[in-house]
Amino acid sequence: MEKIFSRLSWFSATTVLLVLLATLYVLYVQAKPAIDAYGWKFILDPRWGVEVAIDEQGREIPRDEFFHTEENAAGSMVLDEDGIPMEDETETGQADLERNAEAGVTIKEIYGGLVPIVGSVLSTLIAMAFSIPIAMGIAVFLSEISIEALKTPVGVAIELLAAIPSIIYGMWGLFFFGPFIASIFGGSSVSLLVAGLVLGVMVIPFMAALSRDAINTTPDVLKESAYAVGATRFEVVKDIIFPYAKTGILGSIIISLGRALGETMAVAFVIGGVYQLAEHVTDPTISIPVALANNFAESSGLSLAALYYLAFILFVVSFVIIFLAKEFLLRRAKV
Amino acid sequence: MDANLMMEVKDFSFTYPNAPKPSLKHINLRVVKNRITALIGPSGCGKSTLLRAMNRIHDLYPGCKYEGAINLQCVDGSVKNILEWTKENDLIRLRQKVGMIFQKPTPFPMSIYDNIAYGLKLQGIRSKSELDDRVEEALRDGALWNEVKDRLKDDARGLSGGQQQRLCIARSVALRPDVILFDEPTSALDPISTVAIEEMIMELREQYTICIVTHNMQQAARISDYTAFMYLGELIEYDETDTIFTNPSQKQTEDYITGRFG
Repeated sequence: MEKIFSRLSWFSATTVLLVLLATLYVLYVQAKPAIDAYGWKFILDPRWGVEVAIDEQGREIPRDEFFHTEENAAGSMVLDEDGIPMEDETETGQADLERNAEAGVTIKEIYGGLVPIVGSVLSTLIAMAFSIPIAMGIAVFLSEISIEALKTPVGVAIELLAAIPSIIYGMWGLFFFGPFIASIFGGSSVSLLVAGLVLGVMVIPFMAALSRDAINTTPDVLKESAYAVGATRFEVVKDIIFPYAKTGILGSIIISLGRALGETMAVAFVIGGVYQLAEHVTDPTISIPVALANNFAESSGLSLAALYYLAFILFVVSFVIIFLAKEFLLRRAKV
Repeated sequence: MDANLMMEVKDFSFTYPNAPKPSLKHINLRVVKNRITALIGPSGCGKSTLLRAMNRIHDLYPGCKYEGAINLQCVDGSVKNILEWTKENDLIRLRQKVGMIFQKPTPFPMSIYDNIAYGLKLQGIRSKSELDDRVEEALRDGALWNEVKDRLKDDARGLSGGQQQRLCIARSVALRPDVILFDEPTSALDPISTVAIEEMIMELREQYTICIVTHNMQQAARISDYTAFMYLGELIEYDETDTIFTNPSQKQTEDYITGRFG
């Protein structure tokens, strides 16, 4: 019995590690063609699915120069709405390609991850900036300020909010919240700002519930001794409760951060899905999970490998953020 | 109120929120200035409840009911009934006048220096040099200065239990209160730390009025000048400590101190 039990728990523990490593491995292998083709420049390249001409030495020929030498350049390529190129099937186009091939010039599709990476990071930052103060307010209210009769109903409401599927937040964001935000800040009703705010609303219940639990671990007698040296309620919250519960509160923020970074459905509704860096927060853009969800079905070859590369980056970024946050913030919090 | 009294509890009854019966019934207690008054009695007799009423810590939880009076002699000689105070500001001033030490050490989650300076800053002291002086003075009073003077910036939670408790006493003393209330201050400590705390309390007596709740009758006998015996929410007997322990007038007191119950 002892042996079976200890084997079982060993098995469970190693399974988690194996799944983690296997996921990382599959992502890497699938992304390999794109990694070989683009290298680290992928991260800084804002283009997605753009065809460029490559000369004999493997250098890119600037678009203007290339098309300048072409007689019929204007009609050779048309981009569709999503920035995915549709090749012009006219005979002249075909002829151009053949002629280029003879001159040692090849056409290559370029995929870059900058737009979705920036979109993911910025929407998550907006979400955090919006949700942290509100979630802390809720947590402090629930644990310190609220009368006993209100604690349970508000606490249950928070937990119910946390249980709402993300697609519902997405629909709410698209049909109600997005237009509402657009009417205040201007711009499009699907945008980086709306995506960030919807993400923020989504993670607030998590953060609030976890922070409340952390705050509740503060011993009554510690609070009482702060009151006993003449602190007001605000001072007790600020100087005693937050420092005491710092580890748990930071943990709740990290968990919410991870959730916001990988959220797909809610963001897909409201971010716009456009491969374009947002010049203003009210512009539409795209995030990594949304880019994956939108394009997986119709991708193959190098474009599929590029999506895997994005997924690999998301995996690594999430992992690194959570690891760093844990190591850095929590270790400092303990001192 | 007599001039030699610091606090006087008069016909005081206390009811916890939603409790059907009062936990303290018609208590009368005199707390003599610059003396140590000990409250003894079996668990659940209400000694901590009484102590916590004396600086209105109970008011952090709504719904407590007070009856009677608890008078406090102020510096200007006037006598105030602290049960009549209702504003938060008044209660904060009361708690700075009537400090409290708890059963478990409660260092704040900050440095040793800041633990002491915290209450001073709340009192409005901003000058760095004055804070430094007051912190050093308090730590000397708390017999802690020599142990911590080289690591004032370290987290207070890194100190040992006994040091933490002395830090809490120093934190209270730094505010120069009139009265210090001790709620079983040594019950979580080892015998050596206990002795250190007891010596400290005896020294503090010269400048402060002290009221201490203790489970340990020997402790009460060792350090206190006056002792009150409480039982089931009532104050059975109050007298000089020697009298209580050698010649109590009540049968219940005698049974308790001779170990026949409790």
